This record gives sequence, structure tokens and C-alpha cells, in this order.
Amino acid sequence: MPEAEENIRFHEIFHIEGGNFTHAGAISSRVKKILKDAGFPGKIIRRTSIAAFEAEMNVICYANQGNLSLLIAPNFLKVVVKDEGQGIPDVDLAMREGYSTANEKIRELGFGAGMGLSNIRKNTDEMILTSKLGQGTHLEFTVYLDRQENEFPPE
Amino acid sequence: MTLTEVKEILSAEVISGGEDLEKEIKYAFAADLLSDVLALGRGSGVLTLLITGIVHPQVIYASNIFDLGAIIFVRGKRPTEETLQLAIENQIPLLVTSYIMFETCGLLYQHGLRPSIAKVKNARG
Repeated sequence: MPEAEENIRFHEIFHIEGGNFTHAGAISSRVKKILKDAGFPGKIIRRTSIAAFEAEMNVICYANQGNLSLLIAPNFLKVVVKDEGQGIPDVDLAMREGYSTANEKIRELGFGAGMGLSNIRKNTDEMILTSKLGQGTHLEFTVYLDRQENEFPPE
Repeated sequence: MTLTEVKEILSAEVISGGEDLEKEIKYAFAADLLSDVLALGRGSGVLTLLITGIVHPQVIYASNIFDLGAIIFVRGKRPTEETLQLAIENQIPLLVTSYIMFETCGLLYQHGLRPSIAKVKNARG
């Protein structure tokens, strides 16, 4: 892992309550605000916030509870999401676009299309997903600050 | 076009953000699936209008990530109280029209609004 503890400039942990759909999205909104206030480029903020939103929704939809940690280092942003819950029986299958185990409630909310995990991968530079059946899931993703064209193309 | 023009074209009701009606909108994205909004959101959010039938608070959280310019609810759907409060907090104007999504899109396109993304390469955009 690239980070040494002394390189972390900011670290905040948010608790996520599984099954509580009312405020689903609130934590990624706070992540976005922190990144915006810190002055990161728009594209970095958007990529990280989209991935955080998808990860937050996954914990709410499928786990009992979890934590989302936001870490800011000089050259990367990292989000670590650990949950306690049913876990993912087949991680490779879950990563496949369109594969979903979402129930009716989740689909009614406009989610559960089976695009969340692949959308996290698309928006981040590194993604690690591991899961223990019946125990929980560990997801972490990194967005590098110096790797890509960070500004939006001109209108 | 401005939000005032959007309102007139669609005989829409403004339910929040009435003070922002001169805001300029150039692009639109229509979806009833937030997964699609999250996967296909593109470009300049502030100039983009989201056309949707989703009225629960997650539509505001998702829109906030893209800094969307405004949301119009189709088929006469009205946002929940929580959605309305969040929209006010996040300064996202909300409109409601009785037109269905297809007609809403057609009328806005006819008047010059363009898609935020016209075509996808694959399901992820």
C-alpha cells in the first residue's frame, strides 16, 4: 500500500446503518463537501463521490452496518468501506455488469441495476474487494491526484 | 435556455428554487434509474437538467454529486417533504410537469436542449 501513516493529512470515519434508506447518500454528500472545501479538482471530487455513493448504497442495501473511511494523502484519496453482513458469495460474479441480487425495495428506489461495483471500478484508479460469506465485505478504492487530466473538457 | 423557459414549455410548477429561474440550462438527462444517473452522468453538471420520476431523497444526493442545475419531475410526481428540504439545502431548483417523460424530452429537445450524453459505448457508458 502506498500510504505511510504520517502521509495521511485527513482521516474521517462515517458510520453506515444497514437498511436505513432514508438518508442513503448523505455520507457521500459529506465526503463530497469535504473534498470540495479542500479545493480538489472537480473531476477528482466527482469520481470519488460517485464511487463513495455506490459503496454507501451497497452497505445500506446489503449489510447490517458498516464504516466508510475517507483518507486524504498528498497524492491520493482513499476510501475504505468495511461492513458486517451477509457478504458476497462470488465476488467475480458480483463485479459483472448487470448482475444483481437487489430486492424489490432497492429496485423501487431506482437502484439495484447491477452497475454499482463496476461503476466504482470505472471511477477509481485502484479497487480491492474481498468478502467473507456470513461475515462481511471489505472494499477499498484509491483515486490518484496526479495521474490524469483532472479538469473537465471545455464546453 | 433558462429555467423560466423550461417552466413555460412544460407548463411546469416550480416547487423550490423560484429565485433561480434565470439559471441557464443547456443539457438534459432523463432516467428513472439512479444507477444510470450515477453511471452515465457527464460534463458540466450545473448546465444540466435531470428529467425523472424518482421523488425520494436519493435523487437529490445523486444530483448533488454532479452539481446538477435543476430537476424536473415528470408525470405529475411530487417530491417527498424530505426531498424538498434537501433540495432547498442544496440549492437545487425543483419543477413538476404533468407531461410524461417522452413528451417532456421531446418538447425540450425541440426547443434546443441537448443530451448530456447522446450514446453509450457499453452499459457503463
